[in-house]
Amino acid sequence: MNAWRALLAAALAVHLLAGAQPPREARPLADDPVVEARLVAIAAELRCLVCQNESLAESRAPLALDLRREIRERIGQGASDSEVREFLVARYGDFVLYRPPVTPRTWALWAGPFVLLAVAAAVLAAAVRRGASRGAALSPQEQRELDALLASDAPREERR
Amino acid sequence: MKRFALPLVAFALLVVLLAAGLRLDPREVPSPLIGKSVPAFALPRLGGDGATFAPADALRGQPWLFNVWASWCTPCLQEHPLLMDLARTQRVALIGLNYKDRADDALRWLARHGDPYQATLVDADGRAAIDWGVYGVPETFVVDAAGTIRFKHVGPLTDDVLQRQVLPLLQELRR
Repeated sequence: MNAWRALLAAALAVHLLAGAQPPREARPLADDPVVEARLVAIAAELRCLVCQNESLAESRAPLALDLRREIRERIGQGASDSEVREFLVARYGDFVLYRPPVTPRTWALWAGPFVLLAVAAAVLAAAVRRGASRGAALSPQEQRELDALLASDAPREERR
Repeated sequence: MKRFALPLVAFALLVVLLAAGLRLDPREVPSPLIGKSVPAFALPRLGGDGATFAPADALRGQPWLFNVWASWCTPCLQEHPLLMDLARTQRVALIGLNYKDRADDALRWLARHGDPYQATLVDADGRAAIDWGVYGVPETFVVDAAGTIRFKHVGPLTDDVLQRQVLPLLQELRR
């Protein structure tokens, strides 16, 4: 057993030493870091249409690579952020934006949660008010029932 | 009992809304190009001498179908018999866009399965397809005689889509 382990250790050592090289800097992926930074900033707010839960910046789908290339070229040609976004929306529609534009069509989407929250708050307020009002004065009948119950409670306690 | 009426109704409405939402397919992104002019582009023909073909110009005056396909795309094979049928029975020009493919693979695919296209254009890097808002293969567009995109179908064509949407639209466009 020991001999095998020694052999393995020796083989490993030879393998590692033979491939030893001084560490090198990884080559940067892009030529222009400024353009790349803008690309990532724009693409992070765009949806990848193939893997729809990934942003265009992080997706590795072929279409995402193509679209990033297009965006990179447009930035290189001097397009502004909104021009790049318009380019994509003109071809793929509003769905490509993570932030849907506020238009009459998307009004329900933007306002919906707040409207629902307001409705829920109103319903809650009404329920609380109704409950509170019911807890106010007891009718005479209810008062008598209450007294009877309270009176009958005492003997039951003693009997125990 | 009446107390439950309002929440029950609200719940029922919510169920209807969510059921409708669940039936929608997020992969079918509606195209903003419907109603817009065909993008201007010219591409070389598959198996041709390199001369470019611009369908927007060449096919003005008649409705035509634009089908994006690739030899590596399995659903394209699914819809292929329908396209062959279409080419044979309908008098409508069918132009193919070979998307991010290799020419010899594409030619071999057509030779093996049949070529329904009047012309197949080569889009090797996918740039032209981006102008059409293509995000997957296959996709099919219907273009009218004036060069306006009228309909887009994402995914393989089915008999259902053909009968209910494409053929009636073509009939209307031919009038």
